[in-house]
Amino acid sequence: MSDILPLELDNVSFEGGGKRLIKDLSLTFKAGPRTVILGPNGAGKSLLLRLCHGLLKPSAGKVQWQGELGSDPAAHQAMVFQRPVMLRRTVAANAAYALSLRGISGPERRQRVADALKRTGLGRLADQPARVLSFGEQQKLALARAWALRPKVLFLDEPTASLDPAATHAIEEVIDAFHAAGTRIIMTTHDLGQAKRIGDDVIFMHRGRLLEFSTAEKFFEAPENELARAFIAGDLLWWKRPDRH
Amino acid sequence: MNDFSSALGAAVSLLLAGDAALGEIVGLSLRISLGAVFVATLIGMPLGAATALYRFPGRKALVVLLNALMGLPPVVVGLVVYLMLSRMGPFGVLGLLFSPAAMVIAQTILIIPIIAALSRQIIEDLWREYEEQLRSFGASPGRSMLTLLWDGRFSLSTAVLAGFGRASAEVGAVMIVGGNIDHVTRVMTTAIALEVSKGDLALALGLGIILITLSLAINGAAFALKEMAERRHA
Repeated sequence: MSDILPLELDNVSFEGGGKRLIKDLSLTFKAGPRTVILGPNGAGKSLLLRLCHGLLKPSAGKVQWQGELGSDPAAHQAMVFQRPVMLRRTVAANAAYALSLRGISGPERRQRVADALKRTGLGRLADQPARVLSFGEQQKLALARAWALRPKVLFLDEPTASLDPAATHAIEEVIDAFHAAGTRIIMTTHDLGQAKRIGDDVIFMHRGRLLEFSTAEKFFEAPENELARAFIAGDLLWWKRPDRH
Repeated sequence: MNDFSSALGAAVSLLLAGDAALGEIVGLSLRISLGAVFVATLIGMPLGAATALYRFPGRKALVVLLNALMGLPPVVVGLVVYLMLSRMGPFGVLGLLFSPAAMVIAQTILIIPIIAALSRQIIEDLWREYEEQLRSFGASPGRSMLTLLWDGRFSLSTAVLAGFGRASAEVGAVMIVGGNIDHVTRVMTTAIALEVSKGDLALALGLGIILITLSLAINGAAFALKEMAERRHA
């Protein structure tokens, strides 16, 4: 199957406000597993997603999609943000919007919208204004918009932050459905339990550096990095500064 | 107090009498102001939205200019339009001076900066909220602009109403380019100015009360429509 992956980050740094927020990061995302990016606040998890998705340009280094479809990566990826932005229109119109941008119209668009809303359990709310939905429903709609696009790669930036367990479960089910449909999942989370449930691979970041990239099993059972061990143990990392650079 | 009560009386009797001349003046006032608002909205909103979204050399200067031009003196605009449309002016051949079209042109120039400056602020605030999401969807700047104009429509109605307020209350420019010709270019504000100059303060005040009532009615209707639409589309 044609793909945009692998995604290669080569010595990527990002500066903002005079500070280096991502530091000399090199890694490759290949097709297949679900990758969870872990780390405390300020680790650079969300920045890394934005660099991969193309919303930010690296200050140094390269972000390259190496697959056959890599010349037009924007058309094959989607991102769900921690705080989804709902357009001021109905639920169905929200789901249809991104499709119209990609030139998908008529019956196919209607079909994809109906399918996406059904998949996320929002079918009965299709004609409701999107902005009156609960936060959990808005996050589902953000996933429905992504589902309708049928992306090859889906970036999720803490999609269940501030959600209760029931809503978190519903969102994780949709993420599983994306994975089952062949979409490459790359997501950030603070939630170790969620990382264990969803992650096949784990990236651990701290202060803009990639400290560990391994399988989830290995990461949770025998992390190599001291800070990763402390993070898994639930220690507060703010006082641990062995990585002064 | 006496003047005010006689003004109220004059306003009520004018309305009750169903005076045809008054109807003509009110109708022309509305046509000119709404026409100017329509044209200024077509120009001002995209201008404001483009200023909010695009980064180009001189953008900040344009923002300052638009804000400053919100206080454009009507008589100066009237004079400039007069010179442009007079026989010696570059557009004199069109023969528009002392016509309702000239009044629409003058009012349009006056309210474009108001609508553009307020639209820019509204769209810029909305863009801060939408930018990442629209860029993630792959929306081009042009498509983003259309999306923001649509999604900001309820807030943007305030900019349009501000433009209408300025147009309907304006007297200096329309007096100069329209000439206050009876049955041709006489509108509420120029009629009021005329009655004041004739010393008929009660009638002038009466016309003023009708003008304010009309403005209130239009703003009230627009507000009710906005509330209703907002409830439906949030």
